[in-house]
Amino acid sequence: MKDSLLTGTRIRPAPENHLGEDVIQEARRRFMGGALMAGAAAMAAPAVAASAESLDIPEWTRQLGPGVGTHPYGMPSRYEANVQRRESPGLTRTKQSSVSFTPLQSLFGIVTPSGLHFERYHAGLPDIDPAEHRLAIHGLVEQPRLYTMDDLLRLPSESRFHFVECGANTAMEWGNSAVPTVQYTHGMLSCSEYTGVPLKLLLEESGYDRKLGKYLLAEGSDGAALTRTIGIDAALDDAMVVYAQNGEMLRPEQGYPLRLLVPGVQGISQVKWLRRLEVGDMPWNTREESLQYADFMPDGRYRQYTWIQEAKSVITTPSGGQVIMDKGYHQITGLAWSGRGRITRVDVSTDGGRNWREATLQAPVMSKCLTRFRCDWNWDGGPALLQSRAIDETGYVQPQMKQLREVRGTRSIYHNNAIQTWKVAEDGVVTNVQVS
Amino acid sequence: MSRSADPRGAMRRIALLVVTSAVATAALAAGTSPRFGFGKPVSEADLAAWDIDVRPDGKGLPEGSGSVMDGEAIYEAKCASCHGSFGESNEYHVLAGGVGSLQSAHPERTTGSKLNHATTLFDYIHRAMPYNAPQSLTDDEVYALTAYVLYLNDIVGDDLVLDRESLPTLVMPNADGFYPGVGFMSVDGEPDVKAPACMKNCPMTGKEISSLPESVRGAHGNLALQSRPIGYIRQGESMAEVQAAAAGGGAPVAVAELAPEALAEQGGCLACHAVVGSRKLGPSFNEVRERYQAEAGARAMLLAKLEAGGAGNWGEMPMPSVSYLPATDRERLVDWILSTPATGATP
Repeated sequence: MKDSLLTGTRIRPAPENHLGEDVIQEARRRFMGGALMAGAAAMAAPAVAASAESLDIPEWTRQLGPGVGTHPYGMPSRYEANVQRRESPGLTRTKQSSVSFTPLQSLFGIVTPSGLHFERYHAGLPDIDPAEHRLAIHGLVEQPRLYTMDDLLRLPSESRFHFVECGANTAMEWGNSAVPTVQYTHGMLSCSEYTGVPLKLLLEESGYDRKLGKYLLAEGSDGAALTRTIGIDAALDDAMVVYAQNGEMLRPEQGYPLRLLVPGVQGISQVKWLRRLEVGDMPWNTREESLQYADFMPDGRYRQYTWIQEAKSVITTPSGGQVIMDKGYHQITGLAWSGRGRITRVDVSTDGGRNWREATLQAPVMSKCLTRFRCDWNWDGGPALLQSRAIDETGYVQPQMKQLREVRGTRSIYHNNAIQTWKVAEDGVVTNVQVS
Repeated sequence: MSRSADPRGAMRRIALLVVTSAVATAALAAGTSPRFGFGKPVSEADLAAWDIDVRPDGKGLPEGSGSVMDGEAIYEAKCASCHGSFGESNEYHVLAGGVGSLQSAHPERTTGSKLNHATTLFDYIHRAMPYNAPQSLTDDEVYALTAYVLYLNDIVGDDLVLDRESLPTLVMPNADGFYPGVGFMSVDGEPDVKAPACMKNCPMTGKEISSLPESVRGAHGNLALQSRPIGYIRQGESMAEVQAAAAGGGAPVAVAELAPEALAEQGGCLACHAVVGSRKLGPSFNEVRERYQAEAGARAMLLAKLEAGGAGNWGEMPMPSVSYLPATDRERLVDWILSTPATGATP
């Protein structure tokens, strides 16, 4: 049944200049005319129409195309030009201390193309010559050391897939629905294959003080010289000093030539343009862990050093700001992740969280990594409230917004990992809502 | 993953304890020699220019001092344009005001009301301010600015002079307003929210309690132009918006236009023609230009040549048709060939 559907959609001709317009026309006709059969019948036959146009030979078949090397570093098709990182208007005052969001609604699988990885700068993008770059490791160590990139590339390397999520992802939704699409609600989230040197190895090389060295200070070499405290447990567990992302050197936006990666921990701790690691015996209480990135609790106090990004998920298709143009079969798909380890289960609800069913997880499911989930759905054309709920290997269950608010209130800014609701209206329009 | 199960680490800890109770220096030397030893051994003094962090206990504070009075002049010159004369500007981070308000119904979150340690103020100003010229201030200036921001918050008097001794002793109004989120500091920490994994007839009403306010509709631009125009689920606030985008309603599907020489290369022209110089299989472009530039019908003749190909003008070797290039590209090539100076520079 699924196959026949796919075949049906494939043979529909696509006019050259108005790609897919016929799809819309046909969807409108069936919607408006009410000609669509309900239920299973709709799944079986999305009206491929005996009136299908006869095929022409397209222009690109009848000519020689550009040769190899046209783009020595390849770019996406020009028809993908809409798929871009975007800023949320009014969120920040300057572009140098700002954020751009990953277009999660347009991506497939789990890997974020490096050019679409969300950006967060605190003092603009530094332009660093790798030959001049240095990493210092000092503090409570036997021997402070200064590493060149040559030194770091020579050390044993590892590659792993991990997500990076800003601690302020979904911040705008604490009080109410505020932004229209999943790009803006959840797009401070990306996932890459990272390659670098285990931080544990570098710490052991330095002869760090195993008794007193409980914390690390990580510092960037950008104009913010951004600093964050890292717990030694995370540093020794799976943290890395990374220089590569998705098979190439890090993009400048992600810290070229060197960044810290502390898997599962909020993005601010993945210090980019990393120049210094200092071993110490107490947290540093830096600006980015006191004036910023601390959770404002209902009692008017701040919860500090809330490093770990808890289990969270979001449906990326269908999602807010989209239109479902046909009744019948659609695949619900989205992303789940946890800073505490592997995702073990994702449930999907189409009735606002009253009833749930288990989604399929894309293998392999990796620790502290995005996990793609998928779930069949036959939309009957009626109103629906779509939700997804992640569960991780510690047994933690992603909470509903109201459950999170009962503990954290609505003023926290950071670490909003609540279940997201997308409302599907009868005209197919999907919007961002919150439900009780 | 569990460090407590790492016997090697545990043994090293024990070993370290034993040796440090003996002669410290000898023990350190014998302790853990690096396995690789890459990286240059340096002294803490070598790192001084980068080692600028200041902790709440004052470790890292440099020598020097600065007064509220000194700070006022520096602040007016270097800070007030962004933060306001009284640290009140909400344009960037608000520096002053709201002290004591955090536990009220209307908390004002400012540097003065929120910060728990004055040392952090020094650390941040030193490393990152002024925004457009970070790490340009002297240590004395940073002490003075720290003092002045505290003064703007009525935390200190106007006679204060700060230095490495006095700064860590200051008690900020919100000194007790922070506590560590221990549940979030390790993977096995205790979560603060425990939700059940209910599957059937769960306690949700499905009642909509919030939706996108009408006032922010459109604030993020035309959503239909923010995803690809393919598929049965497309982006757009309505079917009409999706339809308009698919019909070419301003979709930014721009082609970066190749420069003429790049076009000639991609079109395969340069396999037979040089841009300047002498003949390869065919004449160089400057030879073509020199011969035909002054002729009235040259453009039409060359366009016909590109479309149909042919031989005779420059010998018997025929030029194949390049009609595979779009007509607009052929016109651009001919115009370029007829107008380009002999240097081969693109117009």
